[in-house]
Amino acid sequence: MARQILEAIVDGILIGGVYALMAVGLTLIFGVLDIINIAQGILVVLGAYLSYALSVHLHVDLFAGLLVTVPAMFVIGVAIYAAFIRPLRGRERTSMSLLACYAVAIIIEGVLYWIFGPSTVSLTGSYVTAEIHVGWFYLPYIYLYGFVLAVALVVALYLLLYRTRFGGSVRATMQNQTAARLIGIDVNRVAALTFGIGVAVTAAGGMAYGATSGGFSPNSGYDLISRLLAIIILGGLGSIGGALAAAVFMMTLQSLVDIWYPNWAVAVFYAALVVVLTFRPDGLFGRPAARAQ
Amino acid sequence: MTPALSRRGATVGPAAAWRVSGVLVAAAALAVFPLWFTNGLVTTIAVDTMIFVGAASAWNIFSGYSGYISLGHAVFFGTGAYTVAIAARDWQLTGDAVFWLLPLAGAVAAAIAVPFGLLALRVRRHTFVVVTIAVFFIFQLMAYNFSFTAGSTGIIAPVLNWQPATYNNPFYYLALAIAAATTALSWLIRGSRFGLQLRAVRDDEDRAAGLGVRTRRVKLSAFVISGLITGVLGGLWFYFIGEALPQFAFDPLFDISVALMAFLGGIGTVAGPVLGALIIESAQQYLTTTVTNDYLSEILLGALFLAVILLLPRGVIPTAAEKLGSWQARRRAAPREVPAGAQPDGAGGTEASPAPAPGSAPESAPSGPPAPAGPPGPERRP
Repeated sequence: MARQILEAIVDGILIGGVYALMAVGLTLIFGVLDIINIAQGILVVLGAYLSYALSVHLHVDLFAGLLVTVPAMFVIGVAIYAAFIRPLRGRERTSMSLLACYAVAIIIEGVLYWIFGPSTVSLTGSYVTAEIHVGWFYLPYIYLYGFVLAVALVVALYLLLYRTRFGGSVRATMQNQTAARLIGIDVNRVAALTFGIGVAVTAAGGMAYGATSGGFSPNSGYDLISRLLAIIILGGLGSIGGALAAAVFMMTLQSLVDIWYPNWAVAVFYAALVVVLTFRPDGLFGRPAARAQ
Repeated sequence: MTPALSRRGATVGPAAAWRVSGVLVAAAALAVFPLWFTNGLVTTIAVDTMIFVGAASAWNIFSGYSGYISLGHAVFFGTGAYTVAIAARDWQLTGDAVFWLLPLAGAVAAAIAVPFGLLALRVRRHTFVVVTIAVFFIFQLMAYNFSFTAGSTGIIAPVLNWQPATYNNPFYYLALAIAAATTALSWLIRGSRFGLQLRAVRDDEDRAAGLGVRTRRVKLSAFVISGLITGVLGGLWFYFIGEALPQFAFDPLFDISVALMAFLGGIGTVAGPVLGALIIESAQQYLTTTVTNDYLSEILLGALFLAVILLLPRGVIPTAAEKLGSWQARRRAAPREVPAGAQPDGAGGTEASPAPAPGSAPESAPSGPPAPAGPPGPERRP
């Protein structure tokens, strides 16, 4: 039993790292644009399919393929922002952007169904099946590599946000858009690039997800987005550190419950969210919301 | 609840007459619809559409007026479906008797709406949306995992021994009656004190609370009313489909569909959700039956949504009303001069009429900006 619990905790932390990467993209987009990109789930699946297409048809290694898929997803993100998000204005912007993102999601889902069909596929590679011996149990290498990749990208994002001039503009825009505009920040450009970056991480997240989840289909987007939403709310909307902590916490909790009640493992995920929000309506690390205007 | 008609003179006039006659014509057309179209495929689409007209109107009573966007109304829909399914199975009801279970479906859905609302309404905006999604997934999982819901096997509806040729008609009229009653209720609420309090919450909740609106009670009441109606519709839908399965009774697409319908037509208006449901549900059903490629129909639907969002960002009815208002204002600006603001803002508590009589609507303020010229839409701010 002790071995099982330890294994569940290690699994939870490693998978949590991958979810953290996807959630950081989502919470970053929320922080800067004040919209929830409900298409993030299907974009992760799209990223996974891009890796899948590269590895099956062109025999490109999964990690090498990221050099192509990450820029591709960045361009897709900027294009979605420019075409569908930026034109939205006025008081209904928040709700309309939710619907616009949803419309984008069902178009992408339809395209994926059309091209790849409804069957479940998974990413393969030598390190997906090979296992490493850790203490008492075996762990597929991909869990480790995926975690390292996620951590590296989160650190890169951190450096980008806190050590560059562009990062300063992004954080200023997150804090106060009007003030950022007044001191000469091109808020539109910051928003477009942030949306692009938030979507670009789904390429890496999707690859890691596709290789560790044991299979995905165009339908996986719903499951992903509902978990990601739970994570970013639990962490506190717009809080990057909160998203990291919540992702690891949620995935560990889920894999622990999975030992005893596999059917209810996912429910615990949402139940934890509901319980936390009952006591802390702004999430674990969120600031109290400013008065909505 | 006093309807707006008696309190505000603005609605009494040729525009109101047009509006009333328009509603009567629409009601008559809908009432004779199944006599005209007897094709089973068409009436099936009609029943589905009527269920969604009711559901979108019910959603709008809470989300449209209060501004709290719920993406968890499938909780009530599924609860209603499972309530009648389980009751009919355990009490061994057959035939027409099962329809007496519909009020029970509404009662159970309302009973669930109370704790759901108490929990979810503590938070606002995006967080509220996500909490409703989370509660929705918990309910779907419960339907999958509890033994009394029969898990993924689902529950089959009792057999109804009706004539195949007119099988859909009772469903159609029942759905039509519920949809009409919900729309009427929505209209009554919009003009009532309760509706004004809800809309005050939407515009600025803190200020509304400061002015003495009991915001929690008002929000929760609207949530429960909305959930009750959605539960009844879920029960009706269960008989119509004939089976309750977790993934269809608690369907994430239901959540998003009702919201889209309200947004498309015009959120916070009375006629908007009705129009949106008529357009989206019939288009969706039509696409599913005619376009053989499922995926293509999905893509087309997404493209349609995007086109609507980009071209009519505030919904059909408010946009149309605004266009019409500014057109009238332009037309009137030339002949005479009336000080702007002399007219009351908007046409009272009723919905924006898609086609008021040209030149007779009281709401146009000549030479003013288009903003005060329309009826009080959801985005009207002082």
